[in-house]
Amino acid sequence: MFYRETGNFRASYAQDARIFPLALDRTALLVLLALAVIVVPSVASPWLLMAILIPWLILSLAAMGQNIITGYTGQLSIGSAGFMAVGAFACFNFMLRIEGMPFLLAVLLAGLTTAAVGVAFGLPSLRVRGLYLAVTTLAAQFFIVWALENVGWFTNYDPAGVMTAQPMIILGYHFDTPAEKYLLVLAIVGGLALAAKNMARSNIGRSWMAVRDMDVAAEVVGFRLVRTKLLAFAISSFYCGVAGALFAFAYLGAVEPTTFSILLSFQILFMVIIGGLATILGSFLGAGFILLLPIFLAIFFGFVTGVTGVAYDRALLSAFEVLLFGAFIIFFVIVEPHGLARLWQVTKERLRLWPFPH
Amino acid sequence: MSDIGHPRNPTRRAAARTMAVGAAAAALVGAPMLSAQARAQQYIGLPSYRVGPFAAAGTGVFGGIIDVMTYTNMTGGINGVELIWQECETEYIPARGIECYHRLLTWGAHRNIIFNPGSTPMVYALKARAAADRVVLLQVGLGRSDAADGRVFPWLFDLLTNYWSGASAMINWIGARAGGMERLRGKKIVHLYLDNAFGREPLPVFRALAPRLGYTLIELPVALPAGLEQGAQWTRIRAERPDWVILWGFGPGMSSTALTSAARVGYPREQMLGIWWQGAEEDVVPAGPAARGYYATAITPGGRDFGIVREIERVVYGAGRGNLGDRARIGSVYWNHGVVVGSAWMEVLRIAQARFGRGQVLDGEQVRWGFENLNLTEARLRELGLHGLMPPMRLSCADHEGAGVIKVMQWDGARWNIVTPEWVSSDRAMVRAMVEESAARFARENNITPRVCPT
Repeated sequence: MFYRETGNFRASYAQDARIFPLALDRTALLVLLALAVIVVPSVASPWLLMAILIPWLILSLAAMGQNIITGYTGQLSIGSAGFMAVGAFACFNFMLRIEGMPFLLAVLLAGLTTAAVGVAFGLPSLRVRGLYLAVTTLAAQFFIVWALENVGWFTNYDPAGVMTAQPMIILGYHFDTPAEKYLLVLAIVGGLALAAKNMARSNIGRSWMAVRDMDVAAEVVGFRLVRTKLLAFAISSFYCGVAGALFAFAYLGAVEPTTFSILLSFQILFMVIIGGLATILGSFLGAGFILLLPIFLAIFFGFVTGVTGVAYDRALLSAFEVLLFGAFIIFFVIVEPHGLARLWQVTKERLRLWPFPH
Repeated sequence: MSDIGHPRNPTRRAAARTMAVGAAAAALVGAPMLSAQARAQQYIGLPSYRVGPFAAAGTGVFGGIIDVMTYTNMTGGINGVELIWQECETEYIPARGIECYHRLLTWGAHRNIIFNPGSTPMVYALKARAAADRVVLLQVGLGRSDAADGRVFPWLFDLLTNYWSGASAMINWIGARAGGMERLRGKKIVHLYLDNAFGREPLPVFRALAPRLGYTLIELPVALPAGLEQGAQWTRIRAERPDWVILWGFGPGMSSTALTSAARVGYPREQMLGIWWQGAEEDVVPAGPAARGYYATAITPGGRDFGIVREIERVVYGAGRGNLGDRARIGSVYWNHGVVVGSAWMEVLRIAQARFGRGQVLDGEQVRWGFENLNLTEARLRELGLHGLMPPMRLSCADHEGAGVIKVMQWDGARWNIVTPEWVSSDRAMVRAMVEESAARFARENNITPRVCPT
């Protein structure tokens, strides 16, 4: 009724190539952005910003990186947390060792460093596929964390092997409060999400998907395999690296290499699978699901305990939260194997026919 | 709090459920509003880990802290001020800890004053945030050792003993057992450690002492996450035949693997000395008879024969309001640790109230003042029933560590027996010099101007 294509005419190529062809979608997005930029920072509590929104945005970025390599290019990689670690420690070292290094440039350089590392570990993808590739990227995960732990130079010989992030200063302005950090993260993640979306629907993305669907066929129609696969690894690692730098600088403030453990890698992989492979929206939805559901379950049970006045055994309750979280994952994977993004797609299609479905 | 062993009253549950619907709206405004506002209330946000690989430590430590607070409330509060708290499960995951920190920071109109995550990574991640929010951050028996310099880390407190003091005291005890520090010359000491920031923390001390005392240090890292792969390390130990193996790990997995491996290669357990995180009942029971004879350090020894422990058992558990699910764990090492930590908080609150007004609700700055003026003398510890459970200690503006001493216990197959009636001290001058040097370096790198402390 409200949501339909009628009246949306595409009169030029520019209009035809829009990400959101429907006027209603564009308005909704603008309203959402205005909310996120203007309303949220002034209203949200530090808890909402620091514990929910900032990690959600950063992990969405990492999930986008994972999605590029796994969702779009079809290369199963389990090294994204390792690449995040490279980004975090590269950013730290650029800030530390180069006098007057601007923060944004350090983040960019950290991303490029990670891209280089990603290409190096992506080389086996030219020879091995599927689960075997997963094993070689697993090696990347362990090697990177091991190297950061055992080579003192990376952490500037900190006795405990922990890096403490320097203040984020852009053009003399300190990004210090939760709201400022949130806006900075939002700007970077928003920009990179737009870039990812455009890559995905342009020639680059099509080459990735061609390789994913059948690499021999892709080669036959003229895509160079080496270039395509390594480009995917580079860009995916770039995204993970920037996410890692933000994770350290805007979120945790101090990290040790083990923060970027294999568990985080798996979490990011699950974000992509639950959110939806080969969708940018899915990266955001999946990150939200994996990150936020346990928190809301904990709050919900705390709320129930507070209201009923019945004191449950805390240990049992915490274990039950984990159990329920697992059950939710199984439920969503069964109900919609194509991910949460697909659910949104289906909702939109239903909405077009509403209220008279045929 | 726990309901194990106390069957729930079904009618009470049903009544509670019907009440829940009505109360839900009110609770949205703020849970604390529901309770009587007649008494002043001091709120403490309590992160804990009751699930995950370190649940054995978490249930004990945080259970002990809660039992002390319940005990305080049941015996009149802090000069009439009631303690209230909210728990938040971190699972020992740093990101969850940060979420908990922000969630617990405020509760209704209350504001948190103390955050005790019981996790080194969380302390690292939160130290800047807590200082900005004026919340006292605690790292009791863990964390970065150079935080003992209160001039550089005003909001971070150790309370008992940090890793560097612990390492130094361990060497002192080994020396004393050998019959004097000069007897350490020519001895071989293995540092068998979990290969992360925690396991590497004491290395500067062991390395600095090795040439001075003439012992050979062999460093054997064990891989993360839980330190279960120790085959190669024990082959090496069998070949080297060291005089002592120092076990520096966390969690029952690592300790029981080490103890059973030692039994397999025939290395005497009487020559193994564990860090305090490998010295609880839970850490040795899985190893069974292989653990007999093993020594471990303690910053808070186990046992029920302490005034405060008997009081809590009588008052709190007698009324069925204890936090431990299993009453047999009263007096266990981890639970006693929580009791010591909680009791120290209560004393800090009393000291701060004496300064800023009895019966007052305190803010973070006032509580921090209380910590820096904490003075637990021998006499005061006897009054509080803490004698023997913790060393006499005094914090100050410059010294946030306090005691820097340990006890040593030996496992006899059924319980821990304290083998050092007196506290074993560390080389305070050496450790303090290292602390100040490291803290000064941290201050330089992070553009912190150290406070000037009155001398």
